[in-house]
Amino acid sequence: MHDLIIIGAGPAGITAAIYAARKKLNLLVITKNIGGQAAISADIENYTGYQYISGPELVKKFEEHMREFNIEAKVGEAVVGVEKMNGTFRVKTDKETHESKTLILATGAKPRTLNILGEKKFKNRGVTYCATCDAPLFANMDVAVVGGGNSALDATLQLMKIANKIYLININPSFRGDEVMIEKVEKSDKVETLFNTNALEILGDKMVTEIKVEKEGKRKILNVQGVFVEIGYVANSDLVANLVELNKRGEVVVDEHRRTNVPGIFAAGDVSNAPYKQIVTAAGDGAKAALSAYEYLSRVR
Amino acid sequence: MATVKVYSTPTCPYCRMVKDFLKQNKIEFENIDVATNTEAAREMVTKSGQMAVPVLDIDGTIIVGADLGAIKKALHLEG
Repeated sequence: MHDLIIIGAGPAGITAAIYAARKKLNLLVITKNIGGQAAISADIENYTGYQYISGPELVKKFEEHMREFNIEAKVGEAVVGVEKMNGTFRVKTDKETHESKTLILATGAKPRTLNILGEKKFKNRGVTYCATCDAPLFANMDVAVVGGGNSALDATLQLMKIANKIYLININPSFRGDEVMIEKVEKSDKVETLFNTNALEILGDKMVTEIKVEKEGKRKILNVQGVFVEIGYVANSDLVANLVELNKRGEVVVDEHRRTNVPGIFAAGDVSNAPYKQIVTAAGDGAKAALSAYEYLSRVR
Repeated sequence: MATVKVYSTPTCPYCRMVKDFLKQNKIEFENIDVATNTEAAREMVTKSGQMAVPVLDIDGTIIVGADLGAIKKALHLEG
């Protein structure tokens, strides 16, 4: 029986692990990877102490710091279920089952999906959520980018150098991004922007061949080989949806002590309803969650 | 020793995550940049049936994405 299980090892989970280790809690970290979204951030210029550091470099430092304490960490293990027992919690992974007196949820967030027909079927078969990864595979092809914020504009800018033609599909009447990026996109003769336009369905055979869209009641088919979905992020809270209170956005609701509505369960970072999803705030949340868990354990012991 | 190929693009952070993981575990691998090598890109799509990086070929086992659990299993790594 562990005192504490931390699920996730991004900035929130790793910081929680360091704080918990310094309190000598018997703890276990279970995580798909180390670093989470921070590991895939390019340039970080707002983490205190570093004027500039890349995501992978910062994560390496986080990991080194955590490893100092000989914390037991199951890396690459996916949690498939969390259950509340009588005063304890049972965490099932794809390999085994672990038990603990307290839990910190630090599972972060993932790209938001469109939830339209064909999206799941063609994921990684033309549909992608990582322009930085996959854009080079679409050289000289026609593609669609769905979204209207900075990440959609950024994906479009990357694709302008690679693809043949880019349809930028925006559900809103205007962009919600930085002016500098908007100007560049508007100037490009490769980009055709469709405002007030809904993506309805993604079609194809083995790979994507077209996307069906709708503008003001009129439907249209665009021939594309790639669909880049860039419509923001959503909390990784599916695991605990039936266990703790979530808000409308699907985030785990916590108080200022990072406590959920279930005694013994805490949440930190992007999975929670904390405002301003930053690396530094996630780390701060992780510290609070670990100290709260320690306080809880001292009371129930 | 397993033969490991990593199909990747230079900008892809998940590719970097996978390559760092292999290095940490002292696994030798061949890195294939599919952004510049279009023939290798086609080979990758044929092998995996998918258009996404990273793709790993570990002695013929194809893994798409930074699935560290699957990579550990294919390499018989503990922990």
